[in-house]
Amino acid sequence: MKSYLGAIRAIIWKDLTAEWRTRESLTSMLVFALLVVLIFNFALELDIQAQESLSAGVLWTTFVFAGTIGLNRSMALEKDRGCLDGLLLAPVDRSVIYFGKVIGNLIFMLLVEIIVLPVYSFLYGVPVFQPGFFLVVLLGSIGYVAVGTLLATMVVQVRTRDILLPILLFPLTLPVIIAAVKASQGFLQMIPFDEFSSWLNILIVYDLIFTAVAFMVFDYVVEE
Amino acid sequence: MIIVKKLVKRFGPITVLRDLDFEVSPGEFVALLGPNGAGKTTFLRILASLTKPTSGLVQVASFRLPEQAVSVRAQLGVVSHLPLIYGDLNAEENLSFYARLYGVKQPRIREVLDLIGLTDRKGDLVRTFSRGMQQRLAIGRAILHSPRILLLDEPHTGLDQEAGEILDEVLREIALQGRTVVMTSHDLVRAAELATRLDILSRGRIRASASEGEFGSTDLVDFYRAALQGKGEAA
Amino acid sequence: MIKKPRLLSVLDVLSGMMILAAAGLVFFYAPVEQMMGLVQKVFYFHVATAWVGMLGFIVAAVAGIFYLAKRTEQWDITGFAAVEISLIFFLTAIILGSIWAKPAWNTWWTWEPRLTTAAIVELIYAAYLLLRQGVDDPERRARFSAIYAIFGSISIPLTFVSIRFLRTIHPVVIGTAETAGKGGFNMDSPMKLTFFFSLAAFTVFFVDLLWHRIRLGKLQAEVEKLRIDTYSNGM
Repeated sequence: MKSYLGAIRAIIWKDLTAEWRTRESLTSMLVFALLVVLIFNFALELDIQAQESLSAGVLWTTFVFAGTIGLNRSMALEKDRGCLDGLLLAPVDRSVIYFGKVIGNLIFMLLVEIIVLPVYSFLYGVPVFQPGFFLVVLLGSIGYVAVGTLLATMVVQVRTRDILLPILLFPLTLPVIIAAVKASQGFLQMIPFDEFSSWLNILIVYDLIFTAVAFMVFDYVVEE
Repeated sequence: MIIVKKLVKRFGPITVLRDLDFEVSPGEFVALLGPNGAGKTTFLRILASLTKPTSGLVQVASFRLPEQAVSVRAQLGVVSHLPLIYGDLNAEENLSFYARLYGVKQPRIREVLDLIGLTDRKGDLVRTFSRGMQQRLAIGRAILHSPRILLLDEPHTGLDQEAGEILDEVLREIALQGRTVVMTSHDLVRAAELATRLDILSRGRIRASASEGEFGSTDLVDFYRAALQGKGEAA
Repeated sequence: MIKKPRLLSVLDVLSGMMILAAAGLVFFYAPVEQMMGLVQKVFYFHVATAWVGMLGFIVAAVAGIFYLAKRTEQWDITGFAAVEISLIFFLTAIILGSIWAKPAWNTWWTWEPRLTTAAIVELIYAAYLLLRQGVDDPERRARFSAIYAIFGSISIPLTFVSIRFLRTIHPVVIGTAETAGKGGFNMDSPMKLTFFFSLAAFTVFFVDLLWHRIRLGKLQAEVEKLRIDTYSNGM
């Protein structure tokens, strides 16, 4: 068990160190996310009344789009010099690779969210600083990354790789996105917690289901 | 050390390996030769536990594949024509990452860096390395955990003369330490120099085999040709 | 060449006749519904096509599981066939649904849970086809398709539940889940008979189509195999 966690940590450490060198992934995700927020501002004319109901949707669309960039890049790096084979050759269980990559990707996504949220709050005066809302962001990101990492691992082995990830990923993660948007809306619009708490429960259940299934089929994605 | 019996590998409608038999004793250095598309890489990937056999027996270091893959992997070092290292990490970090996956202690990293002659460049990003240096680091990665078996897939691909010679030197050193080596190659002369046995793989099976002493440099080409023509008759 | 099984020919004729008979029942036997008039008749085939789409959806998921367990080409062909059929029939169901929706709710499209879910199934299956197109190696293509189909079959019900839940919290002005189906009117027994006969007819039609498509897939694989064999013998 100790070596299991140690190997997961090694993979996370490797991803963070490599990213720290170039910061290419994080900066691309971040700039892209801010651009999306900007475009939404003009497209939807987010004035004070409108953003009340739209903020949750705008935020999650932003996260989901930015997340795809990070997922694509994270797996492209593994394919670059054949590193995915290098990982598969290590005497560790396949799930170590899956969870290592999931946690690494999750950290990147959370870092982007941590920067985007205050900016968004500053621009539109949305009350993002609530522990409950942060929990929703965390849970939504977990579900998204759990499926995203699996599909990204699949997509790097495909000829049409980069363009395929969002096409495959968005319709599959829809349940997570719906639940995350609804729960976020509850917090951002200051609706009494009882009225939307069930969305939070649904989100947790979906996270569990998606992570479990992705974990179970990951072997089949990497093994020929 | 390696026992393969009646190995079949199919990719959908394509049969790559058909009833392949193969055996390697401890300490042998076997060079697998053969034309492109003969199934050399597929065969090596099966031995490396990266590809599952369709049927047949595969036993590596007395563990069955694919059932005991994790145990096999601990005994294997693999060098492919890709270096399997991260461009955005430096040489030392690459080795120390793999050391953590293999459960290898840190002092061993210095040892390996010395052996592959990269101690001076250990702090440089792999991205900035030449092809030859990357390949040396790839070998360092492969021998980090002192594996009993080394699998090399066309390790000379893309190397210039000098880098190739340095690689040969490292390989000889490794072979001297009594490790078992299986290497695919399409360079007859180089394979004959390094290996103790030459096997010709063609159309999914071993068509001919010659041990050290049986092959001289002159009749090497004839031996190879004859083995491939044998394939023509079989078809 | 695989000979066409006799039972398949029987099914061809049977499904043709049953669909004709169902159409006959719809137009001449079932009474005109009082509230909505003639357009209500689209309901019989709308539900039947959606039902076939569902069957295809289930077969695709089951075939995916079987492929991963058995790794035989047959299950890949079955899954692919089921997805194609499901794609076409859900599309038909959506179009028929629109024809119903226009006079009933004065709009071509509503974000009603079942309709929305059907549209998402279309998107997932379109993605499935794109995925298949992007992979050249048949074994990998089969494996990835199976995984995606399985994941789709888990995600779709969750999406349906979510949307349903969403709509009950925020009721839409037109057409809640109840009025979309049979709740909009009361079926008398000729209607019921027509309804269930249509379902049966399309189920037979589904089996017939699936069988044909699987057969076509096998023939395709056969052709591919012949092509590869000729090619490799010619070398």
